[in-house]
Amino acid sequence: MLGKDLLGLYDAAQEDILSILDTAAGMKKLLTQNLKKLPHLQGRTVTTLFYENSTRTRCSFELAAKYLGAGTVNISASSSSVQKGETLIDTGKTLDAMKNDVIVIRHPMGGAPRLLAKNVRASVINGGDGMNEHPTQALLDFYTMREKFGSFKGLKVAILGDIKHSRVAKSNLFGLTKLGAEVVMFSPATLMPQGIDRMGAKIAHSREEALAGANVVMGLRIQLERMHGGLFPSLSEYAQYYGVSEEHLKYADKDCIVMHPGPVNRGVEFTTGVIDGGNSEINEQVLNGVAVRMALLFLLCKNRQGGSENA
Amino acid sequence: MAEERILLDSAAVARTLTRLSHEIAEKNKGTEGVCLLGIKRRGEIIARRVREILSEAYGADVPCAGLDIGMYRDDLVSGYFVPDASVNELGFAIDGKKVVLCDDVLHTGRTVRAAIEAIFDLGRPACVQLLELVDRGGKQMPVFADFVGKNIPAAGSEFIDVRLKELEGEDAVGIRRDR
Amino acid sequence: MRKLLIKGGTVVFSDCVKEADILTENGKIVKIAKNITDAKAETVDAAGLTVFPGFIDMHVHLREPGFEYKEDIASGSAAAVAGGFSQVCCMPNTDPVCDNAAVVGYIVARAKEVGLCKVHPIGAITKGEKGETLAEMGKMKAAGAVAVSDDGRPVMNARIMRLAMEYASDFGLVCLSHCEDKDLVDGGVVNEGYNSTLAGLKGIPRAAEEIMLAREIILAETLGKCVHICHVSTKGGVQLLREAKARGVRVTAETCPHYFTLTDDVVTGFDANTKVNPPIREAEDVEAIKEGLKDGTLDCIVTDHAPHHVDEKNVEYNLAAFGISGIETSFALSYTHLVRGGVLSLCELADRMSAAPARILSLEGGAIEEGAVADLAIADLNEKFVIDSKKFRSKGKNTPFDGAEVYGRVKYTIVDGEIKFRA
Repeated sequence: MLGKDLLGLYDAAQEDILSILDTAAGMKKLLTQNLKKLPHLQGRTVTTLFYENSTRTRCSFELAAKYLGAGTVNISASSSSVQKGETLIDTGKTLDAMKNDVIVIRHPMGGAPRLLAKNVRASVINGGDGMNEHPTQALLDFYTMREKFGSFKGLKVAILGDIKHSRVAKSNLFGLTKLGAEVVMFSPATLMPQGIDRMGAKIAHSREEALAGANVVMGLRIQLERMHGGLFPSLSEYAQYYGVSEEHLKYADKDCIVMHPGPVNRGVEFTTGVIDGGNSEINEQVLNGVAVRMALLFLLCKNRQGGSENA
Repeated sequence: MAEERILLDSAAVARTLTRLSHEIAEKNKGTEGVCLLGIKRRGEIIARRVREILSEAYGADVPCAGLDIGMYRDDLVSGYFVPDASVNELGFAIDGKKVVLCDDVLHTGRTVRAAIEAIFDLGRPACVQLLELVDRGGKQMPVFADFVGKNIPAAGSEFIDVRLKELEGEDAVGIRRDR
Repeated sequence: MRKLLIKGGTVVFSDCVKEADILTENGKIVKIAKNITDAKAETVDAAGLTVFPGFIDMHVHLREPGFEYKEDIASGSAAAVAGGFSQVCCMPNTDPVCDNAAVVGYIVARAKEVGLCKVHPIGAITKGEKGETLAEMGKMKAAGAVAVSDDGRPVMNARIMRLAMEYASDFGLVCLSHCEDKDLVDGGVVNEGYNSTLAGLKGIPRAAEEIMLAREIILAETLGKCVHICHVSTKGGVQLLREAKARGVRVTAETCPHYFTLTDDVVTGFDANTKVNPPIREAEDVEAIKEGLKDGTLDCIVTDHAPHHVDEKNVEYNLAAFGISGIETSFALSYTHLVRGGVLSLCELADRMSAAPARILSLEGGAIEEGAVADLAIADLNEKFVIDSKKFRSKGKNTPFDGAEVYGRVKYTIVDGEIKFRA
């Protein structure tokens, strides 16, 4: 049973993940028909507390909250204010005092949402914390996969890119292994974290091995600062040896879907042909993101009011 | 399953719908400006039957559509569920029209309240009249039907089962005591 | 003069454990025998208790001067005697840095005023702990410093470290090296491995510690000088030390209770009280540390007592301060995990916690024998208790052991023949 918060998928039960996906299916139906707002979060407030820039995640949460009738407040704090400004706990307690109901937090440091959740009354949703987890991104990825394939059993998911710094890769891994999919990872050795194989991922030693027969080809964004940190020499070299082109996509299953949490570096993780090709679900992921976040907000708020059996 | 008592058989349902159709024409002095909205799903079927009858009897082509009230239910928040609803696209305008809202059973009146809200999201009719195949009593809202097929005062523990050919393969109205 | 008679205790000598009474006079042990009677002496009933030589912690942070909100010499001394320690050596990363005779003198004087345990300052290796130019080791020694270290900030420049070992030896001072290659650490906060990946926290590779440890061994070996390695935490580090000692390199080393009791599984809960430098490692390291303590590769147990204010720990893991407030839990943890855990004998524990530090820094104490200084720690080894940080005398409540069940309660701490702590 989903608790007060959603901090990550490592601790999430399989049935919780599935119940979020099921609820999201209903939400997506309403969303795509442009129906009027649902009233469930009327009179409630959802605050997005972002210590890192993000357009799509914040936007997605904000729209999800609005479609459910909630009021939304956005707080943008620069990363530098993490160290210099008010402490995270104090910020959380201030929001609590203002009777805020849900905090969606994005933070450059792993564990920050957990610290916040321990100290506030509000429900906390992890909108991405450092290199730890990004559960809602993974949930929308799962939704997209299930919509396409119906089930996770026997699905081969290839994740390529900067695994080491990717909270998306980890949340996907934690969830997908619970759902029965196979996860294969591929990246330059400098971008592969220690011990990930012991968490259930298969580490591929070539692009071809990673892609062979894959049903899902997921790219992860390469951050420019990793290049500046010396973890790989150049974007063009990355693209040549680790990127995926239409040619490489032939190794994957012909009905595979191409996914990316965005924003995409065109010509680096994927060539433009792959991004805009027939296998790409990248834009559908964005729509699914709103539906999944609506479902999550709905379920967390349902829990808060103790639910009701006369439905 | 408890013992069921049939109150209207197939022929009786047909006679009732014919009478109700004529009452609509009588009250509205014909069919000019009348349109039919049936609350999904049984109400929509009843509305289409009425439309057929009016068409045969008066040669009138009365606009008719189904109405989804899922998003207008008053128990979404208290019950906390996601309605399985679809958007209302009637295919005709209801502004200034005499809307006859059709449903199978009038009970608490909450469905009708939701339907009126849905109607006013679609336009501003001249009036809204209510047609119910059965009025079973037990109202919780100030809602009264203009056209009633049959009054069947029923206790809270009793269930009125309206069966329609399109869904169940037969037309009938029965009553049974739920366990 | 003052006399103290400890009656009926089980005494841990350097080579055996047996029942004996101990009589002290003028701060010295004057007689050890069965059934001593002395009407003029104050008597401590030690029946059922175990008497150790007073523990010596050669690696603590007392934070004064400059960070009195974390700890001061008074609270740190009170915590030390509550932990059974009669002597502590405090690191120089204060504000101002203890890199000159004036600060050394201040600490010595302040500790005397407080008058609980003996406090020996450790001077900085370089001015301001900046790793650039050598501090005035001669003058600091004269003022009371017992060793030099830039603890908390590794001396990254090998040439400076070489000069430090050479120059310090002129004054009989040992360099205590905090081994950490900052380039490899690169902002890491926990041990690099499965759990750092799991928690999404940046890892510190073992190599960061071992590379500098190897450097110190090579320098000490080629120069023929001595060096002491602080807080060894890795299996590879123990191996390097074992081989060096076998070759006759003049290297000694210490470790801390958290390195032989915890694995980095504890960091996945993001409790900042588990954040310490070097980081808590994995099970194979824990085993290697225990083996190192057993065979003497690791000479001694220190606490690296690093008290912090609660506000410095109740923040994001990355932002939290490194360190554990450990001086009040060291004995019980060591006794529970090492002696009860079957790794060390009581004599060996007494050696690691008392005699070895005394040997390394040429301090008095470390043994219970007639004529020796009357520094004693008396403990009830059968008393089981739950560690409760709220009861710490230290201002720092930052411990990952809160709630842990341990054996071995310190009942008395005696310094220079005077009872300085009584449970």
